[in-house]
Amino acid sequence: MATFRVNGVEHTVDVEPDMPLLWVLRDELGMTGTKFGCGIASCGACTVHVNGSAVRTCVLPVSAVEGQDITTIEGLAAAAGTSSTVGTFTPTARLSAVQQAWIDHQVPQCGYCQSGMIMAVSSLLATNPNPSDAEIDASINNVCRCGSYPRVRRAIRSIATA
Amino acid sequence: MKISRRRFILASTVAGGGLLVGYAATRPSRHRVANEQLAMGDEKFVTNFIKINPDNDITIYVLHSEIGQGIHTALAQMAADELDANWEDVTVEQAPAMDLYAASDMIKGFAEEYGVPNVLMGMVDAIAPSIAGIGNLQTTGGSASVRFTGQHGMRVAGAAAREMLIQCAANQWGVPASECTTELGHVHHNASGRSLSYGELATAAAELEPPAEPVLKDRSQFNIMGKAISRVDIPAKVDGSAQYGLDYHSDDMLYAAIQLAPVFGTKLVSVDASEALQRRGVKRVIELEDSVAVVADNYWRAKEALKLVKAEFESSEHDNVSSADIAARFDRELAESNGDEDHEQGDAEAGLEQADDVIEANYRVPYLAHAAMEPMNCTVHIHDGKADLWTSTQDPLSMKGRVASVAGLSEDDVTHHPSYCGGGFGRRLPFNWNVIDHATKIAMEFDVPVKTVFSREDDLQQDYYRPAVFSNFKGGLDANGNVTAWHNRFTGPIQVPGASHIPYAIENQSIRVVDGETHVPIAAWRSVDHSQQTFFIESFMDELAHRAGRNPYQFRMDLLREHPRHQQVLRTAAEAAGYGDNLPDGHALGLSVQESFGSICAQVAEVSIGDDGQPIVHKVTAAIDCGWAVNPDGVEAQVESGIIFGLTAALYGEISIENGRVAQNNFPDYEMVRMATSPEIEVHIVESGEALGGLGEPATPPISAAVTNAIYILTGQRIRELPISKHDLSRAQSVATV
Repeated sequence: MATFRVNGVEHTVDVEPDMPLLWVLRDELGMTGTKFGCGIASCGACTVHVNGSAVRTCVLPVSAVEGQDITTIEGLAAAAGTSSTVGTFTPTARLSAVQQAWIDHQVPQCGYCQSGMIMAVSSLLATNPNPSDAEIDASINNVCRCGSYPRVRRAIRSIATA
Repeated sequence: MKISRRRFILASTVAGGGLLVGYAATRPSRHRVANEQLAMGDEKFVTNFIKINPDNDITIYVLHSEIGQGIHTALAQMAADELDANWEDVTVEQAPAMDLYAASDMIKGFAEEYGVPNVLMGMVDAIAPSIAGIGNLQTTGGSASVRFTGQHGMRVAGAAAREMLIQCAANQWGVPASECTTELGHVHHNASGRSLSYGELATAAAELEPPAEPVLKDRSQFNIMGKAISRVDIPAKVDGSAQYGLDYHSDDMLYAAIQLAPVFGTKLVSVDASEALQRRGVKRVIELEDSVAVVADNYWRAKEALKLVKAEFESSEHDNVSSADIAARFDRELAESNGDEDHEQGDAEAGLEQADDVIEANYRVPYLAHAAMEPMNCTVHIHDGKADLWTSTQDPLSMKGRVASVAGLSEDDVTHHPSYCGGGFGRRLPFNWNVIDHATKIAMEFDVPVKTVFSREDDLQQDYYRPAVFSNFKGGLDANGNVTAWHNRFTGPIQVPGASHIPYAIENQSIRVVDGETHVPIAAWRSVDHSQQTFFIESFMDELAHRAGRNPYQFRMDLLREHPRHQQVLRTAAEAAGYGDNLPDGHALGLSVQESFGSICAQVAEVSIGDDGQPIVHKVTAAIDCGWAVNPDGVEAQVESGIIFGLTAALYGEISIENGRVAQNNFPDYEMVRMATSPEIEVHIVESGEALGGLGEPATPPISAAVTNAIYILTGQRIRELPISKHDLSRAQSVATV
């Protein structure tokens, strides 16, 4: 058994302690916004926030999040509505500032990696609201096969606050 | 631009007559079928691509798959503009996998352009005896959607619907149709001040036959085309709600993890699954001809249990084949065979004999995997003699047919549930059947939905690969640096015609293809043959230029004298990149230009060499002539995407064969360009106003040679084998540029 909160809702699941959180979210809870990409924490498609920090869930045992607060892409907008964490947040916005910047700069193409990309960037900006290019490069190493990187950088720049 | 009527009629008559509009090629008119089978309540299809309800909401059906290229938006723009719809009232829907939405305009377009490209020949052979019979494809590929389906299908459908709506209004008012105008989803009769919305007219319009040759707009009349309209699919892709094939979920479903024969083409011999069957959640272990699958109530459980399955596969004559063996094979073919003609003109042998200087160079590129971000997957639910299918695909109609055939069902009894695709790049085309066939056979053992998922390792090791190609060049130069001969032998097969052909004014050419078949399965990979051939051609052109003592830019410009569009594109990219200006110390510019899929793309790469002996690509300046831009931001996005996809291949991409099987496992040994290695990209759209060109692929081919041509200037080292990561560039010397 494992108990944790996802987007503010408490869940208790009867699964093996070593089942990665990714498969608990996707196959047990039916929350499919968090994506499977590589299974070895290399590509970042499975990134969520655990207590506000970006974590890759495809190798994260569910036992490691016992009692923790998890935010997935499905909960990012709601999270933005209750606590200002990133960028030029407006309390009435349905989407977080990062999500809105992703629309404004037309970042996604196939979009499959973008849940993880948005979660990683949101976490970076929460701790470092005005990252340098080198800090972006060091922190955001998610794989995007469509090559959205120039737009990711542009979108980050547009909401970075000095 | 105006559509050429001659071109349109030619395109339409290839299919053997019938009506001259793509959406009404057979009787009864397709919109009548759509109204019978798809319309709900008061909705009316005016053509099969356009549905209007009484509240004036307009739904545009797009038959192509959204694989990231923005096609839902671009094709809807084309129909909506000709319709004079209000974009705010338009929603876009993926057309269902029905014959009604076969990609007939694409097939006709390819027939006009090429005959039939080899990538589609399999479909001709397998499905129909002739091109005219390829009615049941819904393929997204060949950078074809906008230039064929858009130009000949969506625009015509929009214009036809507009004329039908005008006719109905004119009838109702008792005025000539010529006195009526349209804007923002309404028909107006200005003389009497009357107006009706499309929604009020749709029911009557649906009773009309679509006009065979509606008048299309001139570019000056566009309101929606030519604008950087926001993509309709992006909002769902930032909040996690976008559904991909892998995301289908039901409470009763099961999941399959699969181990396929590691050596291509071999069969399963025996299985010991006793341990696996003890694991929690495991339902069954299924043995198939070439694989074994564990089915469980959760994918992770299935995958963990699969590790405990002891499977033995038969030995094969390919068990000891390595990349080195394949290389030796290709070298031997090139040495011993004169091959089959691809293109011959003048007398290349004589041109070489007369040359003052002959250069010979051998190029090679490896197999590549597609590595779409969404791993291959397919969910099938077989029940009550019917099947439901969820899979991200570049051809829903073909996948539906395949599932029906494997399961022994009628195609009418299979329903494909559409989804977004987490990348395609050719991997999700018809004839790359492996995950579809396996998922169907596994699902036949259950009465609940079963989702079969390839791990990333399966994805890299059980792909249908971009072919490895070797190429031998000989070029002749006279004393004045003129090219006297172009002599090229390369390993095949040719998947798309013309990729090895050159736009340069060289009189004597001999281009021939030798056998390159191996046991490694191959398929189309973004830009098909152009990714290999453009690296070869644009590298060897650079070799000739340097050997002739000429500036590589001017050398190309001179030899492009018969191709002013190429010249303009190359000039635009070079000028924008500051070609010839001073650069930071240790930086150099390399350039490359290629036409593919109807568009011409030139790229200039600014490169330096890092301390690790590997190149740093700082910036890529690209110019593209795609005729004109339906959505300029979409054009830029596809050029950025194509460059980064090609750069990944140039820098890192290699699938190698050891013991008959793929050696690479996952991203660490099949590395990708990421944020830190992604260059700044600047895109210039050259609007020639010529026929629309494709965009999904044409930016991929030029980048590799643009980078290696810059490396040559920096280091004197000519990279003739990709990926670049195999070469240590740290100790070489820069060469003087002309």
